[in-house]
Amino acid sequence: MPDTLTQGGSAKPAGLAAVNDFVVKFANVNGSGSASANGLFAKAIIRMGVPVAARNIFPSNIQGLPTWYEVRVSGAGHLGRRGGVDLAVPLNPQTWEDDVKEISPGGYLFYDSTKPLPASKFRDDIHIIGVPLTAICNEAYKIPRERQLFKNICYVGALSWLINIDPAVVEQLLKEEFASKPKLIGANLNAFNLGRDWAKANLKPIGLQLQTSDAVGDRIFVEGNAAAALGAVYGGATVCAWYPITPSTSVAEAFTGYCEDFRTNADGTKNYAIVQGEDEIASIGIVVGAGWNGARAFTCTSGPGISLMNEFIGLSYFAEIPVVIFDVQRGGPSTGMPTRTQQSDLLLAAYASHGDTKHVLLLPSDPGECFTMGAQAFDLADRLQTTVFVMLDLDIGMQEWLVEPFKWDDARRIDRGKVMTAEELEAGKFFGRYTDVDGDGIPYRTWPGTHPNKGAYFTRGTSRNRLAGYSEKGIDYQDNMERLLKKFHTAAALVPAPVVRSAKQSTKIGALYFGSTAPAMHEALETLERQGHHIDAMRVRAFPFSQEVFDFIHAHDEICVVEQNRDAQLRSLLMIEGGIDPAHLTSILHYDGTPITARFLCDAIGKRLEARKATRQVTGKADKQ
Amino acid sequence: MTYILKPKLHHPSLPKNALGFTRRDYEGRVSTLCAGCGHDSISAAIIQAVWELSIEPHRVAKISGIGCSSKTPDYFLSQSHGFNSVHGRMPSVLTGANLANRDLIYLGVSGDGDSASIGLGQFAHSIRRGVNMSYIVENNGVYGLTKGQFSATSDKGSKSKKGVENTESGIDLVALALQLGATYVGRSFSGDKEQLVPLIKGALSHHGPAFLDVISPCVAFNNHTGSTKSFDYVREHNEAVNRLDVILGRTPITAEYKAGEVREVTQHDGSVLRLRKLHDDYDPTDKIGAANYLQERHAEGEIVTGLLYVDPEATDLHDRLDTTARPLNQLNTADLTPGADALAKINASLR
Ligand SMILES: Cc1ncc(C[n+]2csc(CCOP(=O)(O)OP(=O)(O)O)c2C)c(N)n1
Ligand code: SF4
Ligand SMILES: [Mg+2]
Repeated sequence: MPDTLTQGGSAKPAGLAAVNDFVVKFANVNGSGSASANGLFAKAIIRMGVPVAARNIFPSNIQGLPTWYEVRVSGAGHLGRRGGVDLAVPLNPQTWEDDVKEISPGGYLFYDSTKPLPASKFRDDIHIIGVPLTAICNEAYKIPRERQLFKNICYVGALSWLINIDPAVVEQLLKEEFASKPKLIGANLNAFNLGRDWAKANLKPIGLQLQTSDAVGDRIFVEGNAAAALGAVYGGATVCAWYPITPSTSVAEAFTGYCEDFRTNADGTKNYAIVQGEDEIASIGIVVGAGWNGARAFTCTSGPGISLMNEFIGLSYFAEIPVVIFDVQRGGPSTGMPTRTQQSDLLLAAYASHGDTKHVLLLPSDPGECFTMGAQAFDLADRLQTTVFVMLDLDIGMQEWLVEPFKWDDARRIDRGKVMTAEELEAGKFFGRYTDVDGDGIPYRTWPGTHPNKGAYFTRGTSRNRLAGYSEKGIDYQDNMERLLKKFHTAAALVPAPVVRSAKQSTKIGALYFGSTAPAMHEALETLERQGHHIDAMRVRAFPFSQEVFDFIHAHDEICVVEQNRDAQLRSLLMIEGGIDPAHLTSILHYDGTPITARFLCDAIGKRLEARKATRQVTGKADKQ
Repeated sequence: MTYILKPKLHHPSLPKNALGFTRRDYEGRVSTLCAGCGHDSISAAIIQAVWELSIEPHRVAKISGIGCSSKTPDYFLSQSHGFNSVHGRMPSVLTGANLANRDLIYLGVSGDGDSASIGLGQFAHSIRRGVNMSYIVENNGVYGLTKGQFSATSDKGSKSKKGVENTESGIDLVALALQLGATYVGRSFSGDKEQLVPLIKGALSHHGPAFLDVISPCVAFNNHTGSTKSFDYVREHNEAVNRLDVILGRTPITAEYKAGEVREVTQHDGSVLRLRKLHDDYDPTDKIGAANYLQERHAEGEIVTGLLYVDPEATDLHDRLDTTARPLNQLNTADLTPGADALAKINASLR
């Protein structure tokens, strides 16, 4: 039954029509070589000046399990997930049923029509586009591996005709990608044209169309993990110790690559040291040792790694040693869900370890902030002499995002914080390792080997007085703990400030959100505003919270706290640290492992606000809007 | 600008080393360990060794885990930075410290619980990684600080103070260190200063992972009959393979020993290890031979002590990583931050 036309029978809704505003979803088999073809598809659209939000949804598997690649085309520049699928490209028989089910009525199904499929495999309310990809490639290629690989580029070719991707842009991208292997340029271009030419001869373009635009500007397309690694390079990190775990592995890999490029001396020696630890405990131990000895050091991991690192994280808090940890958050333990995204390590990180401990968290919302916060984390860790977490998640870390180009001020200098030099010690400047001389709770430290007979001290977790002498006196312990608390308050003023988006009208409704929720949240706020829901929104960018966060909460009657975890962890932190009344904070939670969508947010927040209006009408109260 | 450590004023009769320091200048705080604890003798041997080598104390970084043994770095070299870290994790902290500044001398102090139980993994990996360090385990076959539980180096069949027999087999850290790639491996006894001091000196001048297992009776929990780590037991079963002297490159070598009995090994830094052989067939540069010998004597119930293995051509982690000769903690913004132009190129590659 399937036919190539977009005009269906009488029951069939008209084909979705949109320019530069639709969602395409590819379903592939992991390891089939589809990733580069899908990437080419997304990048070609960006090169046409049309913003794209692309997301890989992949299994804990190297080969054989299903993967998806979702490309949201948004001329308006919405970079969160929208929800829904307008054009599906299901190339994996395993997931066919679900993939077909997801398509919006009036949407399109693009499939490999080499083998006929029974009518029951399709839906009446969508438009079916068959291209005999396998047949085309089997005819053109003799080697099985080539047939498989080029089939991927072939479907990109066919799609290019259907939605109007500029073939010149694709050609240019292939030339850049294979600059060092020119043979591959022609081969890939051929495969692209095979698909394109077949489509041109047999099909009409569909209702979803691309139009060249200038909405991308000079933005770059980059993964958060690579951006964080680059931030570590610019932030002056010299020691990296890590243990592989998805989704953080590519931070260390990218750091290695950038260091090879930028930190190798003319004689081949290296201005960095990277060690793959035997586990996360060793990795954080190496970071602690290096930080104690004055090098900027970091590790990158995910939730399970943080669990293992807990004891050392506490030691860094008590012994006051700079440490940077990139935590790329994922779903819980084991394998499977862990290759999905979540913001579920907030509480784990904020209070990691035993004894009374609290840690600084930076909450980047996109790869751009992964770079800036990645670099800043090292200054903060040195300044505060403690652990600083940079909390990415899989959605930011492992997906390429369209962000403003990275910026760097060449006048910027690394801030090593309060480190006493040999000159200062020699000149007789007072040194008391745990003495708060400046009133900010931050003491001075010395690095080992600084001076022959001044400034040496013995580092231990607790049980010391202000001069680092051994003491088990309660009063000394308490004195030290109060100073650490003061230091934490100092941190609140040094970390990135929250960002406020005020509603167009004054309102008593507020929303707090953070991290990768940002783009979907911004889109939802626009939509809700059009629907008459005015909401002031604040993006929290760090823990400890600055006073601004609490002032914002108190300035509104109700605060929606949006997070991608089950237990409302940001909300808990607000209650614990700010004494906020739980009734004041309404949770909007999304935690199925997929990135939060604008549609979900509009629906969840919209419903909450409608319900609120209804009860207000019943009780006679009106929102002071 | 360099700073020279000025010696404290001491009694003029106290002997001085090449830097003009007396042993006093290498001491630490007064020990809080039990009187007679073997660990205190090891601290004294460390003080003697560093003094004899004329190492400036502040060029040493002392790192330990947790335990009575791990407390000891507070009791020697008070002009050195010390780090009493977490249980079983001294090796990783030391590795990181070493990566940050390759110019200091790293002394790792640990216990048998610290290294053979909770920290066995870190012990193993720091050695196979080739960290340039002197790793000393103060081995009493017991958890001293937590009051007398068996440790993983307790020998099978040995009895606790309460008379309970250990049914699990003991780990020989020396055999493990050899297998894992330590390039200087020795064993000694806290009660044998003559043997221990030169072994520590050799370790401190070794370039690579140097491991010393020092049997150190715990007078509180492991110095009774039935214990294989007691003073009496070790004295009776000690099988010393050699006696060591460490001669720094600059010191003229004097022929103290009869030819045929002495074997000299020149290390990377020019220091010479002079081994007075007690056993003709023992060759400390033969790793396989060393491993076999250890096993043979162990089967006979003997504890082999002395310098068991040395690779004079050893390399370390920095050699393997090809790190710059400048300590990483001395690199500054200009060395580390690629700058705005480089960033513009990265941006261009991401469009
Ligand atoms: C994570 C952790 N677990 C347990 C302890 C308790 N603990 C302190 S010292 C010690 C054993 C020390 O034994 P060893 O290393 O042999 O040192 P010794 O006291 O015998 O010199 C233990 C289990 C701890 N400090 N940390
Ligand atoms: S308990 Fe044992 S190991 Fe600890 S100090 Fe006393 S004698 Fe030494
Ligand atoms: Mg012990």
